[in-house]
Amino acid sequence: MTLPFHLQIVNLLAALLLLISFAMLSQRRIVGLVTLFAWQGLALAVSTGLVGWVTGQHHLYYSAGITLILKVIVMPWIFYALVKKLDVDRDVEPMINIPTTMLIGIALVIFAFNLALPISQLAGTVTRSTLGIALACVLLAFLMMITRSKAIPQVIGFLAMENGLFFAATSATYGMPLVVELGVALDVLVGVFVLGIFFFQIRETFDSLDLKHMEKLRER
Amino acid sequence: MEIYWLLGIPFAGGIFLALWGNRGFAPEINALFSLLTLLAAAWLTVRIISGGPLLTEHDWFFIDPFNVFLVALTAFVAFTTALFSRPYMRIEQEHGRLSAARLRLYHSSYQIFIAAMLLALTTNNMGILWVSMEAATLATVLLVSLYRTPAALEAAWKYFILCGVGIAQALFGTILLYFAAEKVLGSGGVALLWTHLNEVKDQLEPRVLQLAFVFMLVGYGTKVGLAPLHNWLPDAHAEGPTPISAVLSGLLLNVALYAVMRSKVLVDGALGTDMAGNLMMGFGLLSVVMAAFLIKRQTDVKRMFAYSSIEHMGLVTFSFGMGGAVANFAGLLHMTMHSLTKSAIFFAVGHATQSAGTQLMAGIRGLIKTNPTIGWGLMLGTIAILGVPPFGVFASEFLIITTAMHEHPWATPFLLTALGVAFASIFGKVQPMVFGETELARLPYQPALTPVFVHLGLVLMLGLFIPPYLAAWYRQAAQLLGG
Repeated sequence: MTLPFHLQIVNLLAALLLLISFAMLSQRRIVGLVTLFAWQGLALAVSTGLVGWVTGQHHLYYSAGITLILKVIVMPWIFYALVKKLDVDRDVEPMINIPTTMLIGIALVIFAFNLALPISQLAGTVTRSTLGIALACVLLAFLMMITRSKAIPQVIGFLAMENGLFFAATSATYGMPLVVELGVALDVLVGVFVLGIFFFQIRETFDSLDLKHMEKLRER
Repeated sequence: MEIYWLLGIPFAGGIFLALWGNRGFAPEINALFSLLTLLAAAWLTVRIISGGPLLTEHDWFFIDPFNVFLVALTAFVAFTTALFSRPYMRIEQEHGRLSAARLRLYHSSYQIFIAAMLLALTTNNMGILWVSMEAATLATVLLVSLYRTPAALEAAWKYFILCGVGIAQALFGTILLYFAAEKVLGSGGVALLWTHLNEVKDQLEPRVLQLAFVFMLVGYGTKVGLAPLHNWLPDAHAEGPTPISAVLSGLLLNVALYAVMRSKVLVDGALGTDMAGNLMMGFGLLSVVMAAFLIKRQTDVKRMFAYSSIEHMGLVTFSFGMGGAVANFAGLLHMTMHSLTKSAIFFAVGHATQSAGTQLMAGIRGLIKTNPTIGWGLMLGTIAILGVPPFGVFASEFLIITTAMHEHPWATPFLLTALGVAFASIFGKVQPMVFGETELARLPYQPALTPVFVHLGLVLMLGLFIPPYLAAWYRQAAQLLGG
């Protein structure tokens, strides 16, 4: 069975998204992580736009536009500025070594595909096969948040998770209603600003952005 | 129309205070905006009581007896908290713990936080519900870290990350819900409107909704503070300023549980089984038991009462999980009692810690001698929250436990043990704080504790006598929740 050309492209972009998620898991430097995050946003925006074009769902263009502006331009720019200003671009030391993380990641992808299988059979959309990939991206981002001890990589993990969710929304349902998507985008943007302020506070107080210093509040 | 006033006033307040919140009169303005919000909420409530459920502004907002009761409660506690915070934050500033610029942040975020919660309660759109829950989280992150101590920053970070991850799960749940709804209602805005979904809930694909509910329960459950996702809650409550602890505990947890309940109604309709209820009972019971045993180990007074909040929210979740008219009624009543009592306790605790200069219970002794008002406020609040009659908490806990005995007898030993352990540990710790020996002199100023006694008075009144219109109102709300 051969798929139409544009669908092959969408599938290719989905695969690219997953690949970038793995690359993020293995990336050691924060600046590299930010760049990968921007690329992931770009892949997401292009695939959203393409799905919109193929299916005639024009509201997806707005969604793709928001993604492009926020996740490819504004946020990476904020992060670059933060990294430069806070002078934190040293090697990120993950809590579990990278090969082990990759192996756990592979297990997660298999799990995600199994979980998504019954749902994607129900989906009537042309892009349903990508739902498993979207879920895998969410889980991989989650893994990254768990295994990194620095503040910025954790936040990038969080935003990558949001990317995965957006991708799930486009691939299963051609995107959420526009108002909701606008709201989500606004929340994410405000969240990044709040975190920017927050990073300075952490840095000021701990003289480092390593969250290992934050281990006082344990259950006694 | 009322709805615009209700949402617009706190939002305008947030903007106004962002500009002028560092002036000397800001605390009064904060209280004034809260009062106006309360009036708008009262106006709306009167209209719902007389005219029935309201679906307005192109179906964007939906207000029925269930959420109007929470709107009224939210606006009321927000107002009394603003009254409490007026002198409290002034003293914090005099003690040099806060600067004028941070007070501006505090006042502005407080109003935005209230606006976000009211939007979450009144919106008819499950997507907007998610958006406003996230907005409420973001508004409070910088409030938890307001004191900029290492512990406060850590608490805020934990709060942001854990609630962020949690709420991302809820977004996935919402996407799945939309996915199921789109098949029945067609794509576009209407497919996430709760009232529309409620009409067609028996046609929604059960398998998808099942998965959606699991994600939403885990996601919003993180914000309710259900074990084992409760880790952020004690830290955020203990490290943030006390008025924020009061609104987090008394209001935000309720709003998050409201989101879970709205999804439960849909899932129950689609599945026709008890899956959702059973899950909620499990999480609820686990939270009650776990929190009760953790209370025993606490040394920080605000942390201790934060664990008590987990326990009570677990109890409410358990009650809603059982379903049925009586259990829902008991759950709603307990929600109200907990909000009023717990915020009253935090007000009293706030003054106690402020005068003692520490949050450690070992450092707070003999409140009855240094200041009888604080001492009695804390003691009565504690007795009320522990479920001693004639306070209202007793009535709701009694209803919950008798229903549990009747319908799920296996759960009763756990509930009774947990409540017993919580009683023993909290009472044992608060008693020396109030009646112990102290060297400290009497407080030089008179604390503003009117809100404490107003709340406790209401709780006492509702324990002795629930006015018929209020009972009818609760019954209607319980009916809507089905079960």
